[in-house]
Amino acid sequence: MADIKLPQLGESVTEGTLGKWLKNVGDPVAKYEPLVEITTDKVNAEVPSDFEGVLQEILVQEGETVKVGTVICRVLEDSVPASVAPVASVVAASPAAATAANVPSANVSLTGGRFSPAVLRLADEHQVDLKHVVGTGEGGRITRKDVLAFVESGSVQATASAAAGVQQSMTNPDNVESRSSRSMQPSGSAEPEMRVPATTGTSSRAADAGAVSTDDMTVIEPTAIRKTIARRMVESKHNAPHAWTMVEADVSQLVAFRTAAKKDFKRKEGLDLTFMPFFIKAVVEGLKQYPMLNSSWVNDQILMKHRINISIAVATDDALTVPVIHDADRLSIAGLAHATNELAARARAGRLTMADMQGGTFTVNNTGAFGSILSQPIINSPQAAILSFESIVKRPVVVNDAIAIRSMINLSLSLDHRVLDGWVAGQFLRAVKQRLESFGSDTVLY
Amino acid sequence: MPVKQYIEAIHDGLHDELARDNRVFILGEDVGVRGGVFRVTTGLYEEFGEDRVLDTPLAESAIAGVAIGAAMAGMIPVAEIQFADFIMPAVNQIISEAAKIRYRSNNDWSCPIVIRAPYGGGVHGALYHSQSVEALFTHVPGLKIVTPATPYDAKGMLRAAIRDPDPVLFFEHKKLYRLLKEEVPDGEYTVPLGKAAVRREGEDLTVISYGYALHLALEAAAAVQNEGISVHVLDLRSLRPLDEEAILEATRKTGKVLIVHEDNKVAGVGAEVSALIAEYALFDLDAPIRRLAGPEVPAMPFSPPLEKAYMLTADKVAEAIRELARF
Repeated sequence: MADIKLPQLGESVTEGTLGKWLKNVGDPVAKYEPLVEITTDKVNAEVPSDFEGVLQEILVQEGETVKVGTVICRVLEDSVPASVAPVASVVAASPAAATAANVPSANVSLTGGRFSPAVLRLADEHQVDLKHVVGTGEGGRITRKDVLAFVESGSVQATASAAAGVQQSMTNPDNVESRSSRSMQPSGSAEPEMRVPATTGTSSRAADAGAVSTDDMTVIEPTAIRKTIARRMVESKHNAPHAWTMVEADVSQLVAFRTAAKKDFKRKEGLDLTFMPFFIKAVVEGLKQYPMLNSSWVNDQILMKHRINISIAVATDDALTVPVIHDADRLSIAGLAHATNELAARARAGRLTMADMQGGTFTVNNTGAFGSILSQPIINSPQAAILSFESIVKRPVVVNDAIAIRSMINLSLSLDHRVLDGWVAGQFLRAVKQRLESFGSDTVLY
Repeated sequence: MPVKQYIEAIHDGLHDELARDNRVFILGEDVGVRGGVFRVTTGLYEEFGEDRVLDTPLAESAIAGVAIGAAMAGMIPVAEIQFADFIMPAVNQIISEAAKIRYRSNNDWSCPIVIRAPYGGGVHGALYHSQSVEALFTHVPGLKIVTPATPYDAKGMLRAAIRDPDPVLFFEHKKLYRLLKEEVPDGEYTVPLGKAAVRREGEDLTVISYGYALHLALEAAAAVQNEGISVHVLDLRSLRPLDEEAILEATRKTGKVLIVHEDNKVAGVGAEVSALIAEYALFDLDAPIRRLAGPEVPAMPFSPPLEKAYMLTADKVAEAIRELARF
């Protein structure tokens, strides 16, 4: 029996929270096939099996957080030719296993629920549940011949009768969840009369179904990343006494400049010139003047960071990530535009790496993107502050004792009052405001 | 049954058709007195006379043009282009005239010509004596393109081509001329155009090929047999029309397809075969369709090491087979 441990998913990551189990006890598992989803503070990943065999025992349930190196499940290896893998060498191989886990390998995507058209058609024709088929192709891929061999071996009968069972149970709406392949409980334990299945947050059956409806509400079991966000938000609000302040800036010149420059920029650089790189530039220069904003309160000490790494908040449909532009002070506005664009694209594609997520020292939040004019951001702990750039709105303002129409923006700053006081935060905000207002026709993008 | 080489089979096919039908005649450079540079037409001039076996000037457009004119006047010409490389001056005649006569005349006229041409490399022929030109013509509606790979097929398909009422380009890989012998019946037989042939039955993957490359595929298939890889091999034989049914059937047999030809890959015959499979057999595919073909360089190199690098070998095919089998 081989132990599968929680792999090291990044240099500073010491623990991880298990997401959905992709295999049930008793399922056959191909080498490198993903066993379970895993969430750390930084990234989501899948833990692949280092062995081929049958999943024998699940030791850590979904939602539990465990230290790196903890045994999370056991796989009973297939009987292998003696020359291939005596048990001792398998144990010795576990560091390599961790390496394999570090790389979200291409193999995983081959086996991770992607099948060739022929395999899908045959599985459909013969009512084969592909979970039960062991792949012999490249990277454990299930090949057409694997399906045919499976059908020939007669294993299909068992699957087919199980499928019939599913159809039966589908007539009973309360029991629908039990057909999910990912349910961790043996299907026999499904309670046929259960009305509100997800009474606690750890019900795996509810997680499977995603949502369970009653007459007047829907209970949604949060995803692992949603839970992480929830935990970190509470931690930040709990640990860091948030103070909040706001200034407004007149960005009429910046707006005019961007309008004039964006066509040319798009042609040269291939991406849209947004306001975000200007915002980041202004923040970076403000942080250089007031480095206290670029620090952390850790263990009753203030750690002032020398590098300026800007976290940018990127919202996707179901989650919020804050990837990092490292050494943002060394980038031009065009460079920041590229960096922002790339991180946002990667975040939306779910392809952020550990490196993308680490080392942020200050967060810039572009709440204006969804039309907000006022927000109270929660600090991205352990950073000392977070700055929201709100919508740019044309407003009547008083300029030289006359009323003028200007493009105005609100800058909302939340700060950790353990580290910062209103005075320094105000100085910083004024610097950012002045820098923003100074962008104009003579601004150099490169 | 007599055992013959490919080149003998073609000679016999020409001989039998000349004897069978006196409308049939041969024309080309050095096909008469000389008996052809490859000796395909040896003895035919002596037997059938100068009216039936015509030596022409070095002008391929004239060879094709005269053949087309004669065909429209009721003859059945079999033109030889000495090397397929030299066919280019005749392209206008072949594509703009021969291929279109039936269509353009609303079926009043037809053009029952055969144009034979030795093609392909591996014989130290360099730039002007090694080209694979089949894909150029395979694109053209109105033409039939055939590339027999065995002596039996060479004779049978040549006779079928001569009897076909429309223009047929008959490409003979020159490396096949004396490569192998097999039983070729003396009597009357034809091999239908547009029909592929299964050359080897197998379970793991399908190799689709034609011409000389087919033999490399068969050699490779035999080599990997010991490794437990069972290869199904389909010989296209005709490139236009393609035997679509046979291609799809061979695809369904294994779900993995490797297409092998000496002609370069881009827009080659393999592209059409692969598109056909993608269109009609997607749900039988178990792996991406693979193509092994000549490199995208302008011509066969003269330097022997470079020629060797250019040419397909059984080893290269075997490696591609192993890779696809692993998938």
